[in-house]
Amino acid sequence: MKTVIFIEKNPVSNQLRNVSLELTHKAYTLSNPLGGEVVGIFTGESIPENSDELFQFGMTRLVYFTDERLRHLHSVAYKHILEQMIRSEKPDIVLFGATHTGRDVAPLIASSLKTGMTADCTQLYIDEYKDKGKILYQIRPAFGGNILATIVTPDHRPMMATVREGVMLLPDTRLNHPVKTEAFPIDFNDAWIQGEFLEIVPKVKKVDFNSANIIVSGGAGVGSAENFRLIRELARALGGEVGASRAAVDFGFVEKDHQVGQTGSVVRPKLYIACGISGQIQHRAGMEESQKIIAINKDPDAPIFGIAHMGIVGDLNEIIPVMLRYLKEEN
Amino acid sequence: MKKIVVLAKQVPDTTNVVGNAMKEDGTVNRAALPAIYNPEDLNALEMALTIKDKIGAEVVVITMGPPKAAEILKHSLYMGADRVLLITDRKFAAADTLATSYVLAETIKSIRDVDIVLAGRQAIDGDTAQVGPQVAEKIGCNQVTYVSNLKEFTEDYLIVERDGEVQTEVIKTTYPVLLTVTAEANTPRYPNCRRMLQYFRAGLKDNIREKELIEAEQNGWIIPVASMADLNLVENRCGLKGSPTRVHKIKSITLKGGDLKMYGAAATDIKQLVRDIMHDYVGVN
Repeated sequence: MKTVIFIEKNPVSNQLRNVSLELTHKAYTLSNPLGGEVVGIFTGESIPENSDELFQFGMTRLVYFTDERLRHLHSVAYKHILEQMIRSEKPDIVLFGATHTGRDVAPLIASSLKTGMTADCTQLYIDEYKDKGKILYQIRPAFGGNILATIVTPDHRPMMATVREGVMLLPDTRLNHPVKTEAFPIDFNDAWIQGEFLEIVPKVKKVDFNSANIIVSGGAGVGSAENFRLIRELARALGGEVGASRAAVDFGFVEKDHQVGQTGSVVRPKLYIACGISGQIQHRAGMEESQKIIAINKDPDAPIFGIAHMGIVGDLNEIIPVMLRYLKEEN
Repeated sequence: MKKIVVLAKQVPDTTNVVGNAMKEDGTVNRAALPAIYNPEDLNALEMALTIKDKIGAEVVVITMGPPKAAEILKHSLYMGADRVLLITDRKFAAADTLATSYVLAETIKSIRDVDIVLAGRQAIDGDTAQVGPQVAEKIGCNQVTYVSNLKEFTEDYLIVERDGEVQTEVIKTTYPVLLTVTAEANTPRYPNCRRMLQYFRAGLKDNIREKELIEAEQNGWIIPVASMADLNLVENRCGLKGSPTRVHKIKSITLKGGDLKMYGAAATDIKQLVRDIMHDYVGVN
């Protein structure tokens, strides 16, 4: 079972995106027991500075094509190049990060290869399927996170899937696979470059869930943008990050970057404090893997208590100020 | 004058699962969810109408779905679409994104000389974001996904902002092009009163009484329908037959019970909670 991974870098930092490492490790656990290779494919202006790290997570080879014309995401060019690499490698499985780049290019390739693709998988495993031998089982939330669907691609190859960043975990141990990179020959066609990138404006990163051990999130129950200040203060007092439910974002209490859930970020902090969040499935899909969950909610029947480890029934606008006071004392 | 096709989908409102939509076992009763216009498809339609208002365009809204999906086409007429088309056939049932994009792409080709295809970034029932790009690949045009702002447009090109996660990309593209549009791009307009009066009797031919057919036809109240045969589609590429993926299993998500420790809301209880948090977590940051 051979797997190809689309390798992606952060264009601002020139480093690998975490999802590329996560998928490499996942692919290694899928392919290695069956004696299959894990091959990375990359295209862009230059390979990521820390691409050697891929080999510590189980990559066998990294195949690349670099050209200065590929500095930006020219979808048509990326499609042609990556498709040629995939056709040449003939993998059983192709994985892309469900990033704004992966979700742009991967469907183009699946369409061109006329094969099946499953978006935003949360679990991947290999098992027997009817008389087809071993295939990839792809589990993904659908219907706003209200159902989990297991999707298979029984008769077409490669089997394609995307996975969001932060969903697959990285192991603590490193492998010492030898670094092996290969330039892939491409007969570059200028007609592939369509559209012109006039300007690139780096986004000021306001939210960093990846390195936050504690996340304090507010939902509709916070009541107003003004009250949301309490959520920020509690997060600051705990040295954590500010999260939000979709409802809080839709009501305009807080910017969308803070959204946790099916359509926001997937987070796994050590401690998640959900304030005024009822706990709809679409929110839980983004946070229920947190190690500890504290729920503060007026409604004792709120579904959030079903997954919380610690809870208070009450008005967060009264409870949080008291928490802040004691936090100060404890410090 | 530009010709714009908007891809729209009627979806169950998965974002507001409340009350009777939850079954006793804690799972969602999908049949009880109201059917709505996929939110980001409304942003796509709004973008099309903005272009129409400024430089003139013919806006055609198409949807693939059951007859009921004609409801969103009627809404499109209220908002300002010039033409609509319902693509419907029992043979389209259970289509995955590959089969869906085939049908939509062939429909766009049959409309001919389309300059711009606009679609919502993704539909809220599947959240795949695959159909837009797969249509672009099949009609062979450039695409820009995650369009968060339409900055400028002329007869010859348009300039958009793309949400590239860590950066915003300002992209100029000529026609033809397919854009997938996010909710940030604009605020969809309300239905227009005059157009509501004009089209409130619009519907599928089957639902219009025979004696009113002539009047309906003269007034443009009949929502046109195209089937697999009408579009000369290859059956093996439609619906379940044309779908490489199979749904192997569906599991409804239910609440899982955990070991929940409740605290009271009195100051002393909150103090204890804060102590517990401080003890276990603060300092780890």
